[in-house]
Amino acid sequence: MLADLGEDARPLAGGHSLIPMMKLRLAEPAHLIDLAGIGELKGIRADGGDVVIGAMTTQHEVIAEAALAAKLPLLRETALQIADPQVRYLGTLGGNVANGDPGNDMPAVMLCLGASYHIVGTKGERRVAARDFYQGVYQTALEPGEMVTAIRVPAPPAGHGAAYEKLKRKIGDYATAAAAVILTQSGGRVATCSIGLTNVGTTPLWAEDAARAVIGTALDPATVKKAVAHAEAITSPASDNRGPAEYRTKMAGVMLARALARAKSRAA
Amino acid sequence: MAKSHVTMTVNGKTVEALVEPRTLLIHFLREQLNLTGPHIGCETSHCGACTVDLNGRSVKSCTVFAVQAEGGDLRTIEGMAAADGTLHALQEGFREMHGLQCGFCTPGMITRAYRLLQENPSPSEEEIRFGIAGNLCRCTGYQNIVKAIQYAADKLSGAAKEAAE
Amino acid sequence: MNAITPSKEERAEKLQGMGCRRKRVEDIRFVQGKGNYVDDLKLPNMLYGDFTRSPYAHARITKIDTTKAAAVPGVVAVLTADVLKTVNLAWMPTLAGDVQMVLADGKVLFQNQEVAFVIAEDRYAAADAAELVEVEYEALPVNVDPLKAMADGAPVIREDIKDKKEGAHGPRKHYNHVFAWQSGDKAKTDAVFAKADVTTKELIVYPRVHPCPLETCQCVASFDKIKGELTLWGTFQAPHVIRTVGSLISKIPEHKIHVIAPDIGGGFGNKVGAYSGYICSIVASIVTGRPVKWVEDRIENLSTTAFARDFHMETEIAATKDGRVLGLRCYTIADHGAFDACANASKWPAGLFSIITGSYDFPTAHVLVDGVYTNKAPGGVAYRCSFRVTEAAYAIERAMDIMAQKLGMDPAEFRRKNLIKREQFPYTSALGWQYDSGDYHTALDKALDSVDYKALRAEQKERQAAFKRGETREVMGIGVAFFTEIVGAGPSRNCDILGIAMFDSAEIRIHPTGTGICRLGTKSQGQGHETTYAQIIATELGLPADNIAVEEGNTDTAPYGLGTYGSRSTPVSGAATAMACRKIKAKAQMIAAYMLEVHDDDLEWDVDRFRVKGNPERFKTMTELAWAAYHEVPPGMEPGLEAINYYDPPNFTFPFGAYICVIDIDVDTGVSKIRRFYALDDCGTRINPMIIEGQLHGGLTEAFGIAMGQEIRYDDDGNVMTASLMDYFLPTAVETPNWETDYTVTPSPHHPIGAKGIGESPNVGGVPAFSNAVNDAFAFLGSTHIAMPHDHWRTWAAAEKLGLHG
Repeated sequence: MLADLGEDARPLAGGHSLIPMMKLRLAEPAHLIDLAGIGELKGIRADGGDVVIGAMTTQHEVIAEAALAAKLPLLRETALQIADPQVRYLGTLGGNVANGDPGNDMPAVMLCLGASYHIVGTKGERRVAARDFYQGVYQTALEPGEMVTAIRVPAPPAGHGAAYEKLKRKIGDYATAAAAVILTQSGGRVATCSIGLTNVGTTPLWAEDAARAVIGTALDPATVKKAVAHAEAITSPASDNRGPAEYRTKMAGVMLARALARAKSRAA
Repeated sequence: MAKSHVTMTVNGKTVEALVEPRTLLIHFLREQLNLTGPHIGCETSHCGACTVDLNGRSVKSCTVFAVQAEGGDLRTIEGMAAADGTLHALQEGFREMHGLQCGFCTPGMITRAYRLLQENPSPSEEEIRFGIAGNLCRCTGYQNIVKAIQYAADKLSGAAKEAAE
Repeated sequence: MNAITPSKEERAEKLQGMGCRRKRVEDIRFVQGKGNYVDDLKLPNMLYGDFTRSPYAHARITKIDTTKAAAVPGVVAVLTADVLKTVNLAWMPTLAGDVQMVLADGKVLFQNQEVAFVIAEDRYAAADAAELVEVEYEALPVNVDPLKAMADGAPVIREDIKDKKEGAHGPRKHYNHVFAWQSGDKAKTDAVFAKADVTTKELIVYPRVHPCPLETCQCVASFDKIKGELTLWGTFQAPHVIRTVGSLISKIPEHKIHVIAPDIGGGFGNKVGAYSGYICSIVASIVTGRPVKWVEDRIENLSTTAFARDFHMETEIAATKDGRVLGLRCYTIADHGAFDACANASKWPAGLFSIITGSYDFPTAHVLVDGVYTNKAPGGVAYRCSFRVTEAAYAIERAMDIMAQKLGMDPAEFRRKNLIKREQFPYTSALGWQYDSGDYHTALDKALDSVDYKALRAEQKERQAAFKRGETREVMGIGVAFFTEIVGAGPSRNCDILGIAMFDSAEIRIHPTGTGICRLGTKSQGQGHETTYAQIIATELGLPADNIAVEEGNTDTAPYGLGTYGSRSTPVSGAATAMACRKIKAKAQMIAAYMLEVHDDDLEWDVDRFRVKGNPERFKTMTELAWAAYHEVPPGMEPGLEAINYYDPPNFTFPFGAYICVIDIDVDTGVSKIRRFYALDDCGTRINPMIIEGQLHGGLTEAFGIAMGQEIRYDDDGNVMTASLMDYFLPTAVETPNWETDYTVTPSPHHPIGAKGIGESPNVGGVPAFSNAVNDAFAFLGSTHIAMPHDHWRTWAAAEKLGLHG
């Protein structure tokens, strides 16, 4: 259907990004394809070491599913910081990762976790790593007629600690800046680390240099400072009502430092 | 565009109507079903004055098309009181605790609080405040709304205990 | 008297009169979703109106083509300024003596200004068509900086009055000048400043904000061609004023205009004035012969209906070196946007700004306000305050803290030293106001004791040391505010709205069975008037409050009033209610005397009855007297039991309060956490403590929003940057702290029940308490003034400026 209707059609997931845009007439699709009835897009299953989450899983379900929360607490922690209860009842994980809005929270978490997206289109199925998916504001690797059907998250290593630290003007707001961190320790030193940053660029940012800088360290203040500098260096936030770009860059660093500390405290 | 036929249960009654596909649920409720309890306070899905309970979820009816509610079970503020007119514990609590002033946020607030108490029958103050974060109020400063919801939680759990005994 | 005779206390309790926490009457319909708001109204054949608005802040209109819009199925008509000119309504008078375009006439002067009004069968078609009105613009230079409005060569905003050297309020010094207004003794004050030991000066800016009630502005206009009568339902805080002004500008005789304000979802000043939407709806109804509904959306509300504040106040205090204030000077630039649509009493272009000496005994003061035009939305209004009182209170409370800091004095002690003393009341301020009553020192002591102020300052000292040692990245602030506000506009010698004196009214009719109805000229938007006015009557007349229906808002039946804003309902209509009650009571006394066969003077009043002095078993209850009034009155007396009172208050009332805010700020993010907020208020006699607390919670929350994040911000091209709820900060239940409320009672000596009004005190005192707390947090590091709003990034920027980020 998407293929037939081309540019005139948009899939409708939770609708809480698309419908507000339509009400402001910033998006005017002639056709909406309601995904609510498609059973294959729901459900959470294990597949080998991975968790595969149907794209139409709502944020509310991400929070409520005890098994998911046990395996991937970072997802639950993040979902609780998205919007408000009503939006979470309908807003979907698929919508949040596939929209391409740099303000969405889940993309940075997916970069952090090394997730990949199942994509279905007229040409068949493919998988794209989250780290290769985001190209610009509302620009992703999706070709016309394609949509994300599931999100595949590899099980994090045993004993990991993770945190999503989000600075916002008020609850429910998009991030002034946010950082997702997952790490493991060995003998009190960081063994592995992955970092994602939200809303401080035209896409979510995977802070590779910042993560590399903390490996093998005990996250002493000097190391954290280095990591923060690396993170700040890759940011290019918009100046908006949340603050000027310089402030938001600095806040990305502060959120990173706090996420590192919290992740460390949760790691074995 | 041609109109769509929708059927749904609203406050326990089956309704059928023709709507434009783009008709928002809030406009369908207010203008075609004459349920003017849910209100419109913004157009950016922030204020929550339009909150209804759809298929067991608190939903901002301004961000849902009427056709998306097809076959659904919908409750609005007008469906909160019992058939004999007895007010729901929340409606009573809002009055007892002075949890409203101009009344504009109240239908959405009570409808949301209803689902909140289904999710969590004994919420702490912090959980209540987090639970109503999608409903803005300009008059009360929320303090008495929290008390109203606590009043209802107490009353409902007391009634639940009685029913169990 | 025996065991089953109710005691005096029981009888009083049954009445639910003044002082009771009476549950609200209005709640019964609101909690069931059965409120009756304007957009709930459905009339047969009703049409919907919607505006096409300008994307430009300042531009000439070279062409408007409505053909495509008119062709949208369901569109019935499209109005432009040219159409309105045919009925002389392209421009309308404002409450401030200016004129305002109803639809853009050759030019647009602010972003989102109304250009065309589309009328259609349903609101979706109207919205579709509004997008299709084609307008060609030639952009003009923009000015949104009020401090640059009167510069040489500044863009001309108002070509229509460009060459007029006289404005509504006196001479104009520049083509973008609106008015100059001053009060006080300039020479005396300047002399004091020249000689003073210590002076302070700071540009204190109260940013442009917006009242943002949850329900936007809306109306339904229905013109009956056969009768030549207009019925107008709308969100009107002052329905009678709308009727009179509507008659003057439309030429429809006033008795043929029926204005009805039903339930209103919050006003906060936003719904006082007349907007283009109302005028266009009326014209559209006349033109189409059908009812027309107009409901603005939130972006329209925030960006085009009346804003509040935007006062740039250069505030100076002169004092002795041991902390006695000697003089106050303030020069203010007031940004009125493109049209001065300020809702003030007509002779007061800067409202009651001269309350700026506040709670302090300033021997001399002088204030000068220059109003200017810019390319911003027109206005302003009093956002939950009396006219310009929040601005004045903010200036004086900030300035007092700045002076305290310079003197090295504790802010509470500095205030204590300068508070007007109890013995000085009634007190005439240096700027001419006679404050009715106050006991400030008692209130201050009570507040400081309640929060254990000494302990807080001791804790703060420790935390400051810890911060300097690098042990914490949080700073603690304690904000003190002691405000006096001036409400209850107002005495006819001071106050009129377009010539109509600012009295207010109450008409009470008691029915034969002892229940009754009271109609008033005020209009609740959530303040609980249906509940509280009945409590006054219950106490005055001894009839249960539940037996008194209260009505407001229908101009056909309600006696003339000036509406509800500026906390004036209790001071003015509350007084009228008491006075009308006393007329009824006097008549009832005569009937009782006749029935009991005694002289009037042989009777005394006891809660709900007149009884014979010395013989209390002989009595007549008010309920019995009501029946008697219709059954058998004394010879020569008119039957019936009713009275009306139009109350011209002899003075304003002066509520006051002491607020203390404790705040903890994370310097690395700029995030503030309100640890504690204590508010002590004195509103004189307290009619319903439950409702008072509710008003305080609400007002403090609005103050919190204003101080900590609200602004209507423009970029240099005049684009509104904060026009939706995404960016205009309305706190949720999560950010909003718990409020501690307390009180003292200092009745107003000139008010019949001693009441002063309370609705807006929390906004007046709250904003300075928050702002002083943030400023106090950084003062130990050398900061003297950080401007509002105290949102995260600005607070962080202040910390950055102080070198706190290493």
